[in-house]
Amino acid sequence: MQQLIYWLIHIACILGIVLVMVLYLILAERKIMGYMQARIGPNRVGPLGLLQTVADGIKFLHKEMIYPERADLFLFILAPMISLICAFVVWSVVPFADGWVLADVDAGALLVLALTSLGSYGLLLGGWASNSQYAFFGAIRSMAQVISYEIAMGFSLVPVLMLSGSMNLSTIVVAQSGNLLTWNFLPLFPVFIVYLIASVAETNRAPFDITEGESEIVAGYQVEYSGFIFAMFFIAEYANMIFVSTLASLFFLGGWLSPFQGIPMLDTLFSWVPSIFWLLVKVILFLYLFIWVRATFPRYRYDKLMMIGWKICIPVSLIWIFVVSLLMLGGVL
Amino acid sequence: MDFCGIFTDVRGSAVNIYIALAGLIITVVIAVIIKNQWVGRVTLYELIKGLWVTQSTALSPKATIQFPEENLPVSPRFRGLLALRRYPNGEERCIGCKLCEATCPALAITIETAPRDDGSRRTTRFDIDMFKCINCGLCEQSCPVDSIVLTPEQHYTVNDRGLNILTKDKLLKIGEITEDRLAKDRANIHKGDG
Repeated sequence: MQQLIYWLIHIACILGIVLVMVLYLILAERKIMGYMQARIGPNRVGPLGLLQTVADGIKFLHKEMIYPERADLFLFILAPMISLICAFVVWSVVPFADGWVLADVDAGALLVLALTSLGSYGLLLGGWASNSQYAFFGAIRSMAQVISYEIAMGFSLVPVLMLSGSMNLSTIVVAQSGNLLTWNFLPLFPVFIVYLIASVAETNRAPFDITEGESEIVAGYQVEYSGFIFAMFFIAEYANMIFVSTLASLFFLGGWLSPFQGIPMLDTLFSWVPSIFWLLVKVILFLYLFIWVRATFPRYRYDKLMMIGWKICIPVSLIWIFVVSLLMLGGVL
Repeated sequence: MDFCGIFTDVRGSAVNIYIALAGLIITVVIAVIIKNQWVGRVTLYELIKGLWVTQSTALSPKATIQFPEENLPVSPRFRGLLALRRYPNGEERCIGCKLCEATCPALAITIETAPRDDGSRRTTRFDIDMFKCINCGLCEQSCPVDSIVLTPEQHYTVNDRGLNILTKDKLLKIGEITEDRLAKDRANIHKGDG
């Protein structure tokens, strides 16, 4: 019983943090994109526009939900729920600091990969159940893209698992401890880049957002959605974004490890900083990169996108698996 | 297989940098082998150049005008809301010559005139339909006494049907409110630097 209450509190904490982060990630995205386009961005609701997303959420709640006449209503409503649930469940295996993890699963990395792939069922079902051409095209594109980049993403994580010799996320982080140079991003730099590209594609973000492609297929799989059920897709997308960033920092940037670890003076100077702070800093770094990339690059053409996935990302990560195994055999890594 | 035994158990030392460099070089070599034009892409050089463009824009001053508080500068010749002016002694300028009514291409002006008690000819009705008015400024050009003018005021609106007709009282009132600006602008335009 006590254990159950502890779990519930833990879950509530994680959900609360993730939802608040989603709230302010949306605002931060609009602000940063604004700044990069020489504008100011939303600044009217609340001080500095901090309540803008709250106001948007209330607007979504008040809006009428419109269901297409010929839609498969059950799947139509189920789809955003699948997206949202998968986007939240993955957080259960994420270690926020040493021992701060809800489910210390040994195959955590596998579970994460499985759940992120399952989340794309939401997009597929949403596009299919809408019974609309644009939504259907969006779903097809989304599937093709997710399948292609899932491979690249999986392969790019293999060297990480090889180096740490474990699929437990906490162990992966601990295996990187030492100093800044022992984090995985240095020996696995090409794979790190491949992972970043694949994660942008996995979350259907610009420049890989052909799923939405508003200039061609209006809004893709979510074209028929309105009101709060649209907001669910929206929240799921941003929660996924935060999750993928967290995963990148766990796998490649040493998770909660302090960047000053192993440096004689600074190590003791910053020892009072809670380790979750360093994780947060790294996650924010990646989130900024995501927004920055979205503000910079135009959307890739469909065939180019596939070309990058199959002809660059997958070969590079495959080759790097061999390089890493050779280096491990040679005792360098 | 200890073919480079000197590096054994050096995970955590600067050797990683050499490994990363080797990785970069191998990536570049692969890129060259596959296709030459991909070098820029695969080394992400072109992408980083693009990222720098947006980042430097983000750090530069913003072009936003925060509208209700700030306004764009308006030219003194801007043709906005219409107004009727008065002389400095308070006498209305309009002499009811109806030249503006005649020249108005949109037929927005309706004028009726009658002699006043002192014998001078004055308008009894001077209506401008703001729905018809195209703000061309021909009435201002045709006016021999500089009575009807276009003010630089652009933020005006009507909330009810019928309010689109600006009567003589309203036009004179607008003229009184904007007289300072009008007089200054016209003096400057006359000097040639407006």
